[in-house]
Amino acid sequence: MCDTCGCNVTHGNQHLIAPGGKLQKTGQGNEAVSVLKNLLSENDHAAAHNREHFDRHGVLALNLMSSPGSGKTSLLEATIEALDGRYRVAVIEGDLETENDAERIRKCGVQAVQITTGTACHLDAHMLHTALHELNLDAIDILFIENVGNLVCPASFDLGQHRNVTLLSVPEGDDKPSKYPVMFRAADLVALTKVDLLPVLDDFDTERATGNVRALANAAPVLEMSAKQPGSLQAWLQWLDDEVEHHRAQCENGATLRPRIQPDGVHLHGLT
Amino acid sequence: MHELSVCQALIAQVEELAQREKAQQVECVRVGIGPLSGVEPQLLQRAYPLAAAGTLAEGSVLDIEDRPVRVNCQMCGKNSDASANRLLCAHCGDWRTTLISGDELILVQVEFTREEDYV
Repeated sequence: MCDTCGCNVTHGNQHLIAPGGKLQKTGQGNEAVSVLKNLLSENDHAAAHNREHFDRHGVLALNLMSSPGSGKTSLLEATIEALDGRYRVAVIEGDLETENDAERIRKCGVQAVQITTGTACHLDAHMLHTALHELNLDAIDILFIENVGNLVCPASFDLGQHRNVTLLSVPEGDDKPSKYPVMFRAADLVALTKVDLLPVLDDFDTERATGNVRALANAAPVLEMSAKQPGSLQAWLQWLDDEVEHHRAQCENGATLRPRIQPDGVHLHGLT
Repeated sequence: MHELSVCQALIAQVEELAQREKAQQVECVRVGIGPLSGVEPQLLQRAYPLAAAGTLAEGSVLDIEDRPVRVNCQMCGKNSDASANRLLCAHCGDWRTTLISGDELILVQVEFTREEDYV
């Protein structure tokens, strides 16, 4: 460990700079305070608050992320239809502009709130919190949060969701997980969408796509589906059932659900 | 393109800390960033003066420590270096690994001067 700045702090040596040894003088005579705090802790704090809200009202919150045009809204339309009232669903839509997606969802007969981010490339926990005020959480079992279409930024911001679902559509190519590792590492489920196009886009190899997800040390299920083929949604609907059940059980024990990679990061880097 | 909002969050934390410590001027802010945090160090460096303008951190240096991507293998138990999109064990090649470094996005340290330093 560097003796002037407290750098190279790992979970193995962080006790050296824990309270008590925190204040130190630098070579230049400046004072220095070691912090070790997540840069996005304000966002994470708001996200934890959102998650408490969801848990108190028994709402499973799923964050859908993907590039623009991969079929998030179409998958939601098909899912709402296939669920046929089994769960009370609501949707929060994130886009830079327009109410188009929220209007599509409302036509399916469920509540939808549109967040227009202006120029922001992602949703954050504060934006989501504001949108939650427009929903009656007691009347919802599953809240789908359709993030801004973008394979980069949304992965960095916790919203308070319980699970991350990342979509990869067949026209995008099977190497997207290798190109956007931060996003696909964050996925608790990878949905390969538009698989009805596989016969014409035969350079997309679903096994290769899965292999690229595994290379990110991600064991998440990789499910093939098409919004145009309701029969292909079975495994996805089963996953929803399982997660609703899992979330209920956790809440009954006073616990919650978090996306897979977050507990690792918090635990391993000693962050609070 | 979210580096400016990350930078604004950073400055908010630095200002809070500077006020608590009764700092007069923040001189240096150290952050640790791994490739899997989703933040690009160069863009953060460029956004920093914009976010710092008009705060106690105006004119301060942003020192970015690049954190390496390292994994621990759940199969053979060994640690190894990896790349951001191939988190495989370098020893046995298995993909069932746990990231032990490389996704950091943390404020490590703040250096500042206090009012009494000038008395």
